Amino acid sequence: MTDARWSGSAPVRRWSWTDPALRSAVIQITLAIALIWMAWSFFANAQENLARQGIASGFGFMENSAGFGITQTLIPYSESMSYGRVFLVGLLNTLLVAFLGIILATIIGFLMGVARLSNNVVIRALASAYVEVTRNLPPLFQILFWYLAVLSTMPNPRQSWAFGIKPFLDSLASGASAIGLTPLGAWLKGMADAAAAPGVFVSNRGLVVPRPIFEPDANIIFGILVASVIVAFFVARWARKRREATGQQFPTFWAGLAIIVLPALAAGLVLGAPVTIENPELRGFNFVGGIRVIPEFVSLLVALSIYTAGFIAEIVRAGILAVSKGQTEAAHSLGLRSGPTLRLIIIPQAMRVIVPPLTSQYLNLTKNSTLGVAVGYPDLVAVFAGTTLNQTGQAIEIIALTMAVYLTISIVTSTLMGWYNKRVALVER
Amino acid sequence: MSRTLKRILLAAGMFAIGASAAGAATLDDVKARGALNCGVSQGLPGFSNPDDKGNWTGLDVDYCRAIAAAIFNDPTKVKFTPLSAKDRFTALQSGAVDVLSRNTTWTMSRDTTLGLNFSGVTYYDGQGFMVRKSLNLKSVNELNGASICVQSGTTNELNVGDYFRANNLKYELIAFATSDETVKAYDSGRCDALTSDQSQLYALRLKLTNVADHMVLPNVISKEPLGPAVRQGDDQWFDLTKWVYFAMLNAEELGINSKNIDQMAASNSPEIKRLLGSDGKFGESIGVSNDWVVRIVKHVGNYGEMFEKNVGTSSPLGIARGLNNLWNKGGVQYGMPVR
Repeated sequence: MTDARWSGSAPVRRWSWTDPALRSAVIQITLAIALIWMAWSFFANAQENLARQGIASGFGFMENSAGFGITQTLIPYSESMSYGRVFLVGLLNTLLVAFLGIILATIIGFLMGVARLSNNVVIRALASAYVEVTRNLPPLFQILFWYLAVLSTMPNPRQSWAFGIKPFLDSLASGASAIGLTPLGAWLKGMADAAAAPGVFVSNRGLVVPRPIFEPDANIIFGILVASVIVAFFVARWARKRREATGQQFPTFWAGLAIIVLPALAAGLVLGAPVTIENPELRGFNFVGGIRVIPEFVSLLVALSIYTAGFIAEIVRAGILAVSKGQTEAAHSLGLRSGPTLRLIIIPQAMRVIVPPLTSQYLNLTKNSTLGVAVGYPDLVAVFAGTTLNQTGQAIEIIALTMAVYLTISIVTSTLMGWYNKRVALVER
Repeated sequence: MSRTLKRILLAAGMFAIGASAAGAATLDDVKARGALNCGVSQGLPGFSNPDDKGNWTGLDVDYCRAIAAAIFNDPTKVKFTPLSAKDRFTALQSGAVDVLSRNTTWTMSRDTTLGLNFSGVTYYDGQGFMVRKSLNLKSVNELNGASICVQSGTTNELNVGDYFRANNLKYELIAFATSDETVKAYDSGRCDALTSDQSQLYALRLKLTNVADHMVLPNVISKEPLGPAVRQGDDQWFDLTKWVYFAMLNAEELGINSKNIDQMAASNSPEIKRLLGSDGKFGESIGVSNDWVVRIVKHVGNYGEMFEKNVGTSSPLGIARGLNNLWNKGGVQYGMPVR
């Protein structure tokens, strides 16, 4: 062998352990076979043991009727529906709290992160205190705090704090009349008189607000609204292109607002406002009618947002500090004020540093939402991996499915954030 | 979090059960180990609850102690594993416990699809409701539209659904993972009623801030026969757990208790002689020594003693015997004959 190399003739490939490429290929193939065999034997062993112990297996149970009630359902649900439906209800509840939690945590986190760098001592100290307290207390403890400590101070439904929406509508009406929109003012005045009874209640059963009931004509208004949003989007794009080409400014925000609001408002007046309001009322033990936000949801959402926002604030602060001070000085010397400097120069550059760790906070928030089981929030883990598992006893199937769901949610979130990261990443030219 | 983790581990345990669990003799394992692994609740006064010295007490606990007494002549050779309502069956299936004595309702689906067998009914219960006295309620049917707190992972969720639906009543069900959280939420006013098996309601009531403000409604909406369960496929162990329970009932029926056991051992009654092992080889037939009932009664007592000590009228719970009295005293507890 060695002679062949020295002499310069073409090396001959042979079966030999000294060939690194061949060796690594053999090792990898062996490892892959061993792994597949192991996975298969786990599966076969579980199947055999389940059969031998007389434990039912398979996903047939998903079609059986569930029989138990769920407090919060985003889609119609009743006890006679199937476990498959329970799965959907739980999944939607999980997605709802994760989605809203991510939005809230991002807003609070950005505000607090910027506030920690403020020149104002009081604001800076408050933001620091916020971060230190929220970041250093366990999330489960925070959820229980919001649920038990805050909930127990709320009155029972009979003594609930009631707020009317009449004063609010009244002030809107007089405002509209004052700026010359007399028909709108009169209509709002009528709405205010119709909503004389209190419509918003806060008690230990949650927050109850009036429910708007749309008549069929309302669909026209929705259609107009959707069309206006699309038009506003294209106007904004046109304005940006024109600014980039010619440098001419266009009042995009106010124009967009007018495009979205005015046609819908006009259509509403022409069609005679096809919306009525259903006021909740106390009947027996609980409120009937209206929209109710359950305290389990509120405490979980508030606790998760506040907890995660503490971490996001630190990520945002780190991101801003990572942008060199020369950028701020350059912006100031061009005559930009502090606000536009932060918005147009600093934050876009800071995003490159912020986005990757932000993704993992979003994933954490989603996974932490399973702690809602402690306060009875009907998320996927509570109703599916909890009650359904107990009623059917099919632990392997249910746990596997639940794990697959969380894996999917996490992978989708990180893919979306990866795509966004690519957009904001530094483009080297 | 830890509960989820535990459940996943238990599920993963299913993969790993080798030849040892299925078909093997649990009794031999218990003897070799020198202790019985008994699954109990996470703390339910009267049934399975650690006292102020950390010793487990209660009806479900005493049943496990009786098995240990029959096998080892020592009621302390039991390792108690507290299990949540959700984890209990997986713990039994995976072999983490030998017997599940955890106020568990015997239902057909549990008996037939979970790979387990119920050994008997140590307590006949029914699902009830606890409410505030200030509501002035007389019956469950007045709870239309109420918010009801329940512990998830129990048969109670399904029963509420069935009963309220059948009676055209509206309700809101809030399910919590543990019984402590359920009680706290009820105490804070989140719910109008707390539902559970009636025996548990009496126990949970003791945990409330103002015990006297709350009452248990008289109606029950379901049958809840509570009993111990063992893994399917080991008939010797199944027989042993079944006959420990019957022996305690028979001892009470024949007037044998922990105080008079020594005199009774010298009795001439053929029934007593067979039960206490001086006649026949009944102990050997289930794999323990022939004086097994003497051991059980001496260390733990008969069924009546066990009931009175843990949940009866002289205990803090103060529950009347009712259905749990012997068959010849107006109840339904009936020990199969030893002969």
